[in-house]
Amino acid sequence: MKFTLLKALGTSAVLALSATSSAWATECIAPADAGGGWDFTCRQIGKLLYDLKLVDQPVQVTNMAGAGGGVAYTHIVSDRNEDADLIVAASSATTTRLAQNAYAGMAADQVRWVGAIGGDPGVIVVAKDSPFQTLGDLVEAIKADPTSVTFAGGSAAGGFDHLKPLMVLKSAGFTDFAQVKYIGMDGGAEAITQTIGGFTQAMTGDMSEISGFIKSGDVRALAVLTAEPVPGFEEIPTAKSQGFDVEVVNWRGLYVPRGISDDQFNAWAEKLQTVADSAEWKQVMADNGLAPFTKVGADFQGWIDQVIADTTTLSKEIGVIQ
Amino acid sequence: MDTLANLAMGFGVALTPYTLFLAFCGCFLGTIIGALPGLGPSNGVAILIPLAFALGLDATQALVLLTSVYYGTMYGGRISSILLNIPGDEPAMMTTLDGFPMARQGRAGDALVISGVASFTGSFLSTVGLVVIAPILASIAYLFGPAEYFALYLLAFATLGGMTSNNQAKSAFAACLGLGLAMIGLDNSTGLPRYTGGNLHLMDGIDFLVAIVGLFAIAEIFIFIESHGRNSAIGVTLGKLTIPWGDLKATFGTMMRSTGLGFVAGVLPGAGASLGSFMAYMAEKSYVGAKGNFGKGDPRGVAAPEAGNNAAAGGAMVPMLTLGVPGSGTTAVMLALLMTLNITPGPLLFKEQPEIVWGLIASLFIANIVLLIMNVPMVKLFVKILMVPAWVLMPMVTMVSFVGIFSLTGSYFDMLLMIAFGVLGYILRKLDVPTVPVILGILLGGQMEDALRRAMVISNGDWTFLFSTPIAVGLWAFAVLGFLAPMFLRKMLKRPPVPDSANED
Repeated sequence: MKFTLLKALGTSAVLALSATSSAWATECIAPADAGGGWDFTCRQIGKLLYDLKLVDQPVQVTNMAGAGGGVAYTHIVSDRNEDADLIVAASSATTTRLAQNAYAGMAADQVRWVGAIGGDPGVIVVAKDSPFQTLGDLVEAIKADPTSVTFAGGSAAGGFDHLKPLMVLKSAGFTDFAQVKYIGMDGGAEAITQTIGGFTQAMTGDMSEISGFIKSGDVRALAVLTAEPVPGFEEIPTAKSQGFDVEVVNWRGLYVPRGISDDQFNAWAEKLQTVADSAEWKQVMADNGLAPFTKVGADFQGWIDQVIADTTTLSKEIGVIQ
Repeated sequence: MDTLANLAMGFGVALTPYTLFLAFCGCFLGTIIGALPGLGPSNGVAILIPLAFALGLDATQALVLLTSVYYGTMYGGRISSILLNIPGDEPAMMTTLDGFPMARQGRAGDALVISGVASFTGSFLSTVGLVVIAPILASIAYLFGPAEYFALYLLAFATLGGMTSNNQAKSAFAACLGLGLAMIGLDNSTGLPRYTGGNLHLMDGIDFLVAIVGLFAIAEIFIFIESHGRNSAIGVTLGKLTIPWGDLKATFGTMMRSTGLGFVAGVLPGAGASLGSFMAYMAEKSYVGAKGNFGKGDPRGVAAPEAGNNAAAGGAMVPMLTLGVPGSGTTAVMLALLMTLNITPGPLLFKEQPEIVWGLIASLFIANIVLLIMNVPMVKLFVKILMVPAWVLMPMVTMVSFVGIFSLTGSYFDMLLMIAFGVLGYILRKLDVPTVPVILGILLGGQMEDALRRAMVISNGDWTFLFSTPIAVGLWAFAVLGFLAPMFLRKMLKRPPVPDSANED
């Protein structure tokens, strides 16, 4: 009997611990379940902040899943607006959703964007036996008959993976986006299996999602959407080198509440820059297929504004928002 | 021979005293987490991830701990299904159908032993399957496109009609209710929210764990309060625990068939353990036919879903390790753990990091043996947790339900939603409408819709695409057969008794 109750109490204590945060330590909110990109950002940056002695206590990671980051976003704007000990993981998905007004009317200027310190390059891949040899072949095929190619990606329609091929097409002068076929799978790996299986003609995703399949030879990458070839994958040509002026990187970074002082904001920017410059972070990036992509502080804010404006325009053109 | 050498190396990695200790802790914790309603395998594993980091475990040790928890929950889920009529986790849902009636008949101990052995058979054989045919099986995933998935889910729903013996219209109603609830949330094919009423918490749809805990656990509490415990499952007692050799022998064939089915369901990405246990139960029911006593405490109705869901758990490892595609919610969490440990599952994992893969496989075997020992001879220990007097157990079930769901999402809204499901479950039970199809509707309905929509996008809206491959046509044939067969069989089976009774008159 006593034994039983202890069990129950023990279990609930573990649960309670994982759900609450201590008042004195820095808290990093990952707006998704454990796993995933945001959780990774919090855990890795949080670990380095402590290892590099930039904070005195280990960073507490809280997972706050829901509405693709929307639940965390509204929580921070309405309840934690002046919390200077709070950082939140963000990525391209955050800005895409903000641009599409998917956070219940919240806008990007309701938080402060600290910086991005690494990016997962966008890629477009096809099965090994695909007739398409270059990105140009694929674009020409779509121009000739938009329904002849279906893209598979790891995000829902209108999400970041969907926007990547559309940006490429836009740079080639094709704008009938509603005709371009896309199916949203549950994650990049599922999108790859559909493409290898021949159900879709191309897959759009992040470098980290396809690296294993590239090495095993099951898929070929037509293009990586960065300015320079990615270290370790130099044989994959950039879209730019094939005449498409597109750069799409799924950046990893942080935002903080709007209501903190400029000094507090600058302190976070400095700390993040220190992490970005550290040898440890470079190792983390290399191990996880991230490419260098550092924009911290005021630069980042301006860049975010531009990205959101562009995404809003594109989303209107494909009809995800009015 | 290569395989055996690799496996030996795997045991070399996994068989250190510390990892064995971790396996033991993991199995124990997993069984408890599985048995407590509201805490299922995916949040059990998710909760323990920070612990694995805090303990500074290396990759193999972390994997051993978490796979033991995973397999443990798959075993543990059956305990509360049988004793409380509340599934400990979603794959154990089908076990309530015959497990609880057995407990009512005073055969709770038998049901626990049979299901424990079935769980062992399912997961042990599927681990063997993982070792022998993982690389070959991986290519099955390439054969299943949207049309094939749609036909597969359709097959699951087509057999639903025969699930409850008393009233098929009520099961159909319950399934439609579930399908309707599955519509809520972000529509994958257009990126637009549906039926959310602008509420952010509904954007991701309804979490089926919230629905399960509400429909089963909270509804059970309402029933208990209303009847002062008389009509409630809470408080069923467990007699002496003996090993029912006869039943085990009789259910051997069932376990084998269900293991096969469950393993295949697990290997298919996205189908997972719940579909595995459902298919195993329904297949066994139609295999046995009218001779069976399904739904009223047939031992085969306990053995089939348990072998099926544990086999699916093993099967789900195949696409996770070879393709990086999680076959179930829990393997999705484990995939995340692997990535954090800088191990990228995919086509090259077996070649590049054999010690991780074979260490993991060895630890699965170890976990299974430990779990068999814990769950058959020592099952009383876990049963004790659920066997406390109702006035203690009921608040405990309530508390764990709330804490469990809160740990999942950290959302106040989900607690309200869970209570709403509790009220719904209470009303449905009063109307004698089964709740299992509601869950299946929520669980599989969304995926079925996605598959159909994807098929239509790919084929430019041509419906003949749904019948364009042999696999799809085969699944459709089974679906039609599964839907029609019960109607004709019932007629044929009902006919003979009529002359008999006429003669007696």
